Amino acid sequence: MHNSSRRGFMGKAFGAVAGVGAVGSLVAMKKSWDPLPSVKAAGFTTLDMTAYKENELVVEKWRGKPIFVLKQTAEMVKKASANPKDNVRLIKVGDAHFMVCIGLCTHLGCIPGYNPDEESFLCACHGGMYDFTAEVTKAPPPRGLDIPPFKVDGTKLVLGEEGPEYKKMKETGVTL
Amino acid sequence: MAHFTKATSVKDWLNQRLAVEKVEKVMMSEYWIPKNINFLWAMGMVLVITFAMLLVSGIFLLMYYQPNVNLAFDSVNYTIMREVDFGWLWRHVHGVAASVVFLIIYIHMFTGIYYGSYKKGREMIWISGMLLFVAFSAEAFSGYMLPWGQMSYWAGMVITNLFSGGSLHADGLVEWIRGDYVPAQAFLNRFFMLHVLLIPLAIMGLIGLHFGALRIPHVNNQDGEEVDFDAEAKKYLDGDKAGSKVMRFANDFMSKDMMVVGIYLVFFFYLVFFHYDFAMDPVNFDPADGLKTPEHIYPEWYFLWSYEILRPFSTNVGLIAFAFAQVIFVLLPFLDRSPNTVPASRRGIFKYWFWAMLIDMIILTAMGKVPPIEPFGTIGFYAALTFIGLWIALPFITASEKKV
Repeated sequence: MHNSSRRGFMGKAFGAVAGVGAVGSLVAMKKSWDPLPSVKAAGFTTLDMTAYKENELVVEKWRGKPIFVLKQTAEMVKKASANPKDNVRLIKVGDAHFMVCIGLCTHLGCIPGYNPDEESFLCACHGGMYDFTAEVTKAPPPRGLDIPPFKVDGTKLVLGEEGPEYKKMKETGVTL
Repeated sequence: MAHFTKATSVKDWLNQRLAVEKVEKVMMSEYWIPKNINFLWAMGMVLVITFAMLLVSGIFLLMYYQPNVNLAFDSVNYTIMREVDFGWLWRHVHGVAASVVFLIIYIHMFTGIYYGSYKKGREMIWISGMLLFVAFSAEAFSGYMLPWGQMSYWAGMVITNLFSGGSLHADGLVEWIRGDYVPAQAFLNRFFMLHVLLIPLAIMGLIGLHFGALRIPHVNNQDGEEVDFDAEAKKYLDGDKAGSKVMRFANDFMSKDMMVVGIYLVFFFYLVFFHYDFAMDPVNFDPADGLKTPEHIYPEWYFLWSYEILRPFSTNVGLIAFAFAQVIFVLLPFLDRSPNTVPASRRGIFKYWFWAMLIDMIILTAMGKVPPIEPFGTIGFYAALTFIGLWIALPFITASEKKV
């Protein structure tokens, strides 16, 4: 009896020590898998918005991800203003309107292709489609292409910084 | 302390220290296998041999492979393929074996389903087998990342994105798995570690468990007959070898096993030498490019059926259907409510269930390969619904099965 209670105590004491160690090592293991600071500090990308041509898709790069920039034609702007879902997605820089978004399908992350004649995007992986403002028009993607954090700075656009236009989009649920 | 005497032979010396004779009996000469079996019972040994070939070829590839995003592609396609003498052999053996091992796993699985080898005490054999299937799938996926071609990169992108859980938007989890916003150096390095160390360790442990799970219920036979292994073994050892229903694992059963393995190896090396291209996707001979998706992304053939269950639905429904397909096979011993352990051909409706499931999975596999256009999208959609429907129907049709 004396012995067994002493063993019981030793068992519990070991269990406590091992438990603390196990939790501690799990924390260390989790943190070791985190993205490195150098990866996180992937900085900002500044785009000169005067250089783009209408209805010509340009793919930029921000944090290793492709960024779609599509300068809208006057006709597109007109079409978009008739559709509130499209209209809120456009970014105005100076007098021009732009569609700027992360070029990864919101379904599973493939890069959709742009067809300038039909003014639409098609994702070849699972057949999802988007219109010229990158709003989704055919499932499986659950939503339009995501818009990266941006700030309008004169005729320049800074990606990675949250300007008032971006904050408004986020609040109203235009993008995630 | 144990008493040791002067050894009369090397064998006796080892016997006193390691009980080699006893080990040989337990593992081989007195490990009893029923006689009433066919060549499908050799698939376990075929898998062991294939795993051994993967291990050996992998060791040689490991000596020249560079887990670095700038060097990986060339270390495989230039160093191993062109510079290393016989480097092509290790790569093609590794690639072909990785593909063929799944063919054998599926045959092994469907043999088990057909003969009811997951019932009456054999549940742990089935469960450990399905865990092995999961581990092999993870091993195949992580290995597919390593050449760092276009398919490696984009398969890595798509599969890790599954962990965002659709509408849950667990992007933090996806970035944690990758160690970056997109698959990059951290991603390649950790999948390299998983492929060459952690998952192979898990596989070896699970193989031990799978074999261990066989010891008590023993191997099933063609009629699902409950054999009294102790009585039959005694009959065999007493000299009535012909009358006994069992035989020794080695050398009796092994000799037949290795005969099948021999035929398999001829077929295997025919593929390695003349048709290795079926295991080498041409798209993966373009280096990874994060700014260009290949026109059509599809997994290797052995993942196509579950990929097709994901594809025809919207994101959330697709993810749920996919998760269902991944786990449902594990539950087979509990979803089959019938007391019968006999071949499917003698089980009434279950016979049709078995063939319907097999054909449906072949259709799903075919539809997963073609681009997502009509009529393939619709066929895939109904095949996916059939898959789910068959599993929902299983407990009901087996519960009403008559005892044979």
